[in-house]
Amino acid sequence: MILPVILWTDALIFLLVAIVTVFALYARGKPHLRAPWRHVMCSRLGSPALVVLSAYVFIGLLDSLHYRPALENSDDSAQTHYAVEVLSVLDTLVGPLRTQTEKTYSAPFATHLYSRETVRHPDGSQTREYPRLEYGGRHLENPAADARADILQRSSVALMQALVASLAVLLLITLWQARRRRQVFTSTLQDILALRTTVPWLIFWITLSVLLLLTFLAINLSTVYHVFGTDKVGQDVFYQTLKSIRTGLIIGTLTTLVMLPFAIFLGILAGYARGWIDDVIQYIYTTLNSIPGVLLIAAAILMLQVYMANHPELFETTLERADIRLLFLCIILGITSWTGLCRLLRGEALKLREAEYIQAATAFGVRHSKIISRHILPNVMHIVLITVVLDFSGLVLAEAVLSYVGVGVDPTTNSWGNMINSARLEMAREPVVWWSLLSAFLFMFTLVLAANLFSDAVRDAFDPRLRQR
Amino acid sequence: MKQPLLKLDKLSVRIGTGPRAIRPVDDVSFTINKGETYALLGESGCGKSMTALSIMRLLPQPHGQISAGQISLEGTDLTALPEVEMRQVRGRRIAMIFQEPMTSLNPVLTIGNQIGEMLRQHQQVKGSQARNRVLELLDAVGIPDVRRRYSEYPHQLSGGMKQRVMIAIALAGEPDLLIADEPTTALDVTIQAQVLDLLRQLQRDTHMAILLITHDLGIVAGMADHVAVMYAGQLVEEASRDRFFADARHPYSQRLFESLPNIGKRDHALKTIPGFVPVLDRDFTGCHFAERCDQAWDYCRTQAPAWDITTDHHHVRCHLEDRNINPPARTVKEEAATPHAAVASETGTSLLSVRDLKVHFPIQKGVFKRTVGQVYAVDGVSLDIPAGHTQALVGESGCGKTTVGKGILQLIRPTAGSVQFDNSELTRLSGKRLRRRRTDFQFIFQDPYSSMNPRMRVGDIVEEGMIAQVIGNNRQERRARVNELFAQVGLSTEHASRYPHEFSGGQRQRICIARALAVNPRLIICDEPTSALDISVQAQILNLLKQLQNELGLSYLFITHNLSVVSYLADRVAVMYLGRIVEEGPVASVLENPLHPYTRALLSAVPQIEPDTQREIIRLEGDIPSPANPPGGCHFHPRCPSAMPGCRESYPAESGDAGHRVRCFLYN
Amino acid sequence: MFAYIVRRVAYALPILIGVNLLTFYLFFVVNSPDDMARLHLGVKRVTPEAIDKWKAERGYDKPLVFNATETGIGRISETIFFEKSLKLFAFNFGHSDDGRDISHDIAQRMVPSLAIAIPSLVVGLLINITFAMLLAFFRGTYVDISGVILCVVLMSISAMFYIIGGQFLLGKLLRLMPISGYDIGLDAIKFLVLPVIIGVVSGIGSSSRLYRSFFLEEAGKDFIRTARAKGLKESRVLFRHLLSNAMIPIVTGVVVVLPLLFMGSLLLESFFAIPGLGSYTIDAINRQDFAIVRAMVFLGSVLYIVGLILVDITYTIVDPRVRLS
Repeated sequence: MILPVILWTDALIFLLVAIVTVFALYARGKPHLRAPWRHVMCSRLGSPALVVLSAYVFIGLLDSLHYRPALENSDDSAQTHYAVEVLSVLDTLVGPLRTQTEKTYSAPFATHLYSRETVRHPDGSQTREYPRLEYGGRHLENPAADARADILQRSSVALMQALVASLAVLLLITLWQARRRRQVFTSTLQDILALRTTVPWLIFWITLSVLLLLTFLAINLSTVYHVFGTDKVGQDVFYQTLKSIRTGLIIGTLTTLVMLPFAIFLGILAGYARGWIDDVIQYIYTTLNSIPGVLLIAAAILMLQVYMANHPELFETTLERADIRLLFLCIILGITSWTGLCRLLRGEALKLREAEYIQAATAFGVRHSKIISRHILPNVMHIVLITVVLDFSGLVLAEAVLSYVGVGVDPTTNSWGNMINSARLEMAREPVVWWSLLSAFLFMFTLVLAANLFSDAVRDAFDPRLRQR
Repeated sequence: MKQPLLKLDKLSVRIGTGPRAIRPVDDVSFTINKGETYALLGESGCGKSMTALSIMRLLPQPHGQISAGQISLEGTDLTALPEVEMRQVRGRRIAMIFQEPMTSLNPVLTIGNQIGEMLRQHQQVKGSQARNRVLELLDAVGIPDVRRRYSEYPHQLSGGMKQRVMIAIALAGEPDLLIADEPTTALDVTIQAQVLDLLRQLQRDTHMAILLITHDLGIVAGMADHVAVMYAGQLVEEASRDRFFADARHPYSQRLFESLPNIGKRDHALKTIPGFVPVLDRDFTGCHFAERCDQAWDYCRTQAPAWDITTDHHHVRCHLEDRNINPPARTVKEEAATPHAAVASETGTSLLSVRDLKVHFPIQKGVFKRTVGQVYAVDGVSLDIPAGHTQALVGESGCGKTTVGKGILQLIRPTAGSVQFDNSELTRLSGKRLRRRRTDFQFIFQDPYSSMNPRMRVGDIVEEGMIAQVIGNNRQERRARVNELFAQVGLSTEHASRYPHEFSGGQRQRICIARALAVNPRLIICDEPTSALDISVQAQILNLLKQLQNELGLSYLFITHNLSVVSYLADRVAVMYLGRIVEEGPVASVLENPLHPYTRALLSAVPQIEPDTQREIIRLEGDIPSPANPPGGCHFHPRCPSAMPGCRESYPAESGDAGHRVRCFLYN
Repeated sequence: MFAYIVRRVAYALPILIGVNLLTFYLFFVVNSPDDMARLHLGVKRVTPEAIDKWKAERGYDKPLVFNATETGIGRISETIFFEKSLKLFAFNFGHSDDGRDISHDIAQRMVPSLAIAIPSLVVGLLINITFAMLLAFFRGTYVDISGVILCVVLMSISAMFYIIGGQFLLGKLLRLMPISGYDIGLDAIKFLVLPVIIGVVSGIGSSSRLYRSFFLEEAGKDFIRTARAKGLKESRVLFRHLLSNAMIPIVTGVVVVLPLLFMGSLLLESFFAIPGLGSYTIDAINRQDFAIVRAMVFLGSVLYIVGLILVDITYTIVDPRVRLS
């Protein structure tokens, strides 16, 4: 009934998920790989950050399952026709958010448009007034009087639902912990609530409860209101910002995925081989590094635009076109950002090469390839991991700036950068149209903050120097 | 007559909180009198440094704190002093010098500045007056060319010079007490002798008391008036030096003496203390030493012995000393010391023959890496090691002894010379043929902590060499061999699935030995294998090495700076100075009848525990020159007490009979 | 010293050649001048004649690297590579695609860029170092922990929100200063205050945290213990011993970006409509003016390399351990 569509970025995202899963399974049996992760889980700022990040990733993954729905068959031919439009699972789940578009701007929870329009009455007279929204608050008879009560009532329903769900979660956590620790239920619960557990389950639970509350609020309210208003063409801002999550995540992760092979291979090679190979690699990264990043990206994106303008036949749909541009942006961002990691790894490999256990391996006649794969690589992976996590938030922030400069993602792609870019032009309006900015800010800030806190926890757990302190 | 200066009363220190807090100092009491040297002796991790830091109230913050007890300095309780007043004590009343002179000075301030700072702080001396005083102090600690040194930075000084500067800083406050925390551990033997001399002389001149913290019984014997032995956070014995060295009462002190290697013990296994110093993160129920004590019985494990049992000012913390307690009759286990087999016959065929080995490192400068000079790390070394023999290579740091070892194994490619192993020329082998050959010779590194990949299980570490050398047909066979090896070096087979960080230093060195043995080598080059270990653990490793030699007929090239280890273990010894062997011969001959002035100085500089007043002590002046720019003629002549005009002209040729060679004009 | 600098500059040359070749490849080989012409002219006006005219006006009608129709030196010099790439080495940036003299523009726009960048840098440094020292002094206490969390929060906010928020709050609501614009001479100050404030505030989070880590790194060293053992006052330990060492990474980190200050800030200048090099670059990107982008790429690389050389020189001045050969 549906035709799955796998975009390039989808494929890479799932490749990344597969890599992470395989590594997680592998790490399960290795205490030295597991221990630092446990440390992250036990960190009081790292664990809630992880919960928030997981929520983002969940939405991002839902938005990465693309398909084309089948069209209603008018004739009885065996061939099914599929819509041109590519949807994602997220689109289906949020259903009305995508389709319920207004005419133009409307404020959060508004029932009327933000600008006056000339309305022609049946009796022929014309007045300038704020017309009712087509969808927002449609169910209300008398919006001016009822809206507040309705919102309150729906919110309290959401609160009750969230309360039930969160208590259920607490119950599950406690039961699970009680079983694992072979303790009675009540004492386990007391330990959890008093933060006496090694993993701070209380903080986990609170974070999860907040997320649950927000989710239920969104479910209850966003179906009948535009909780973050609508933009110039009347599209729901909440929908836009949800869709932007995927873009942010892709920029933050795929860029790293693209650059990692270069950085790891060249960095270790330079440090281990030394001599002219080292000189050449150093030359390459110094040269690339010397070009201001934004300008290199701008140059490359301009070139891509020229190329795309001249070869329109290569891209079937606008989504594919936008997707290729997104991927290209990741690649070019990767090219500008691998140099830092490469330099770090080179330095570390230079140091490790002189380490006694590497010399011991040489003294046993172990081949170079094996020394690199068994001794050097595992001992630099913590640097790679720390860099990857640290880079993530920077990349998410960079996306917004690049979109503003005009060399970011395609203008048709939903992204926080594009949201800010189009909204800032409305800052001069009186009264101000502020909700696009606010929602982009809230979602982006939460993601970046969570990523930063998480990366701090990861660095504390993995950096051997910090652990000694 | 003896006036007490510093009195510690039941001092306890905690680092961290909660049940897993470290208790590095536990119920320590002692008194230091004015003008005397009080030595605190113990192995690493016993709490010596923490005791010192708590006296200074410089415990690591924010976790370290004095949890009980008093420290009184002439009646003032330091633990109760406000921080402002404590600052008047630090530097002014009590000064401290540290183990690592390399890192203890501020790298971006000049020497003069760092000493002058003390004068400003405590003596209110400023300007040219301060400058003159600093120059005086520098002169007093024996730094040559004081005016130039005044405006130099720490990195421009050698390690010994830096420690002298640290001492000058301490002296600037004219303290009543100097705490010296392992002041010479990071220094070479000849430099150590200089610094210890300086401390003795300064004490004579200024009458300050010294709290000397060390692990070296020899230093204690040469320096101390009083000795306290510290074990696992507690003092276990305290006595005057003479009494202690004549009649050590605590089993731990006794074992320490017995585990020291020397030439007289050559034919026996050394007595050892089993196990290692416990981690101090728990409360002990009985005696802290009970786990490792061969005289302990059940009572020791449940009842902690008291400290106040004294006989004639001799404190011992042991139930054996308590007349009210009757120990069970001891079934004296005769030491199952396998007397070591007589040394292999002198006329073995040479397994390893090194001729005129040279390893030079180019000094490259500038962005285009022009070679502007050479470091002559090894400059013409010849050695022969017969099968089943132990050749020792001794010398101070920077003399190139480790480079010789790595050059022989082709871990560093020699610049010139030949290395014949079992009649094949190693310097001409490369690639796969060299890798195949590596099964015959192995290396054991100095630092057991850094010579194992922290991310591999020790079983895999040991197995790695077997895989590379295709020993054992499959995993089962190799695993069986790993288990066998573990048993051979005294580890249990279940250790194989653990990671290196789970082991103590001594255990790690055992694993490294197992790893080397895994490929059935005939020669093992041991690079200071025991210098990172405590005395009691060192004895365990030396025993193991000797036992393996007897069982497997191994040859060793034993690289070390520790002459007592040489005297215990080696058949022949070569002494290196600046890249060349200056003297070589049988151990007994070289150590008892040294010919080269350097060898003589080196031997005399080693602190001895026997109060041998007859010993002629030769003090070497100055530092070891850089191997990048060795002095012309005989490299040793600038420091040599018996240098002659000819020594400046050319390097002496080899002389002496085949058994005992020396390169010195005195014997030409 | 002089010989050393000469050597470093000589070493930088291959890097500039690399940058030059890379930009040449990107701009003229991956995409032909015809492509650029088409993009600029728009779909409607594309005729072969229009393209040729567009190229001829801008000197893109020459062969790429070798001109067979010329003789002598002209075979090399009458090419796009020589005209558009090699001449950059003489800082001859040529004309933009709409005919303006790029060198002149750069010289003129440098001043406003520096007028924002230098005050932001100086004020920012003072604030960040003070804040970082405060946190280092209170290390391990709640002051430190909440300070670090504040830093993380501050650095999680996109620079664009600082600008928009600042403009909205200080400019629009409180009407303390103009939202955007620029004037010549001293009148510029009132336009510069807001961008400088925002420039400083947006950098506090990441810089203070970094500097704090420098301080803590040094605070754990042995010589600090020596200084305390001397009985020095905590303030002296902090300022004389700790700061003098922690300043080395801070100073070198600042020196490396000093030359790049000329390039201006892309975001600040364009949001505040300040006619600096940053907004110049953004305008060029938006107008797809390849000549200016090329010039700025080259200029940026030169400045970056100058920064690297300056750092090496700075090390020899501030760190006695690093000596010139």
